[in-house]
Amino acid sequence: MLHNFNFRVILQYMPLYLKCFGATLWLSGFSLIGALLVGTIACGMRLSKNGLISRSSVVYIESIRSTPLLAQLYFLYFGLPSLGISLSEEVTGVIALTLNSGAYMAEIIRAGIQSIPGGQVEAGVASGLNYLQRMRYIILPQAFGVTIPPLLGQAIVLVKDSSLLSLISVVELTRAGQILTSERFMPAEGFLTTAAFYLVIYYMLKRFSGWSQKRLIFREAH
Amino acid sequence: MGTRMWGFYLKELIHTVPFFLKGLWMTAAVSGFSLIAGTAVGFAWGIIRAGKNKILRSILGAWVDLIRGTPFLVQIFIVFFILPEVGIQLDAFSAAVIALGNSAACFICEIVAGGILAVPFGQREAATASGLTSYQQFRYIILPQALRIILPPLVGQYVLTIKDSSVVSAIGVVDVTRVGWFTVQRIPEGILVFGLVGILYFVICYPLIRLSNTLENRMAVVTTRL
Repeated sequence: MLHNFNFRVILQYMPLYLKCFGATLWLSGFSLIGALLVGTIACGMRLSKNGLISRSSVVYIESIRSTPLLAQLYFLYFGLPSLGISLSEEVTGVIALTLNSGAYMAEIIRAGIQSIPGGQVEAGVASGLNYLQRMRYIILPQAFGVTIPPLLGQAIVLVKDSSLLSLISVVELTRAGQILTSERFMPAEGFLTTAAFYLVIYYMLKRFSGWSQKRLIFREAH
Repeated sequence: MGTRMWGFYLKELIHTVPFFLKGLWMTAAVSGFSLIAGTAVGFAWGIIRAGKNKILRSILGAWVDLIRGTPFLVQIFIVFFILPEVGIQLDAFSAAVIALGNSAACFICEIVAGGILAVPFGQREAATASGLTSYQQFRYIILPQALRIILPPLVGQYVLTIKDSSVVSAIGVVDVTRVGWFTVQRIPEGILVFGLVGILYFVICYPLIRLSNTLENRMAVVTTRL
């Protein structure tokens, strides 16, 4: 029963949890940076006029979005060694998260760019700006504002998705819960503590999202 | 190793296809039950969350935040390992449906509440002025308009739930992902085995994603015409 919920054990395992909290943060952080890069490239390819480039990006985005992350993770985890590539579990996990989130990022960035009215581009052309200048000074600064809230939403998803790495025995927050559960037979203490740590990240990102939205509206009003 | 063995493994893999179909059936059962329960509960919660009762609204809001803020894998471990401690014995399948159904309900609750709140307030005022009761207002004025907004993200959420159902393999439910995991122990070609797993999910999810996009375009046209 839960009336003998054991806080002492949680305190005892706190160093492990803090270490794993750090691991979840850096695993998701690296994946987030990677996903932004992959997403920007995939989005650029998707918007390309070359049919082949654009179509290959569509194939990447749609096949990622139509399959579960866990299947993708196992695909890399069991698949790479049979191609003769051996990577650590952490690296495999970060690659899987990056490729997965990258596809969603590409769609978010594309929606941001396409939210800019066509007249802005025409005005840019009329002012004699070239493609790069138009991107740099007209489209991207505006697209950035629209894109921030869904990007933070995707960051929240990414942190939660990183829990799946525990299934290929990467030591992160969910794994910490499993370790406590299996060493002390205390699943309540183990997994509720894990959940609490994820909630800390969630509420921080949610707060930041709300704050940034207010800031952006404030800037627009000026 | 490598390409020469692929032919051999491919033949082996074909023998395991019935096993994969069983897994597919399990994936369909877990997602199907969860989606039916999640949709019913999610609509009920969403209507309450868009309603007037402040206490119920904030309780639901807090619950939805708890579920949205934690990974589904952790939720399913909590249901499967902790509920027995408080005296509720569950087999893996029921635990999977409870956890996945609850998670789906929370996301659908937010979609439904958002859809209802997006209907302009003047519509409700006009309905009141026409003498409709609050049930009639909801049934004939609010809901039909809200459904247009709700439907595309609802189908999108169905895709997410079906994909999330792969996580129930972690507590030993033998779904497609679990079958892949078993198979790869015997046929050590991860690309081949999980390529097949991926194709099976793709066949279910891709048409739904297309449906969601189509609905979105069609609903957008209807709203601009209004």
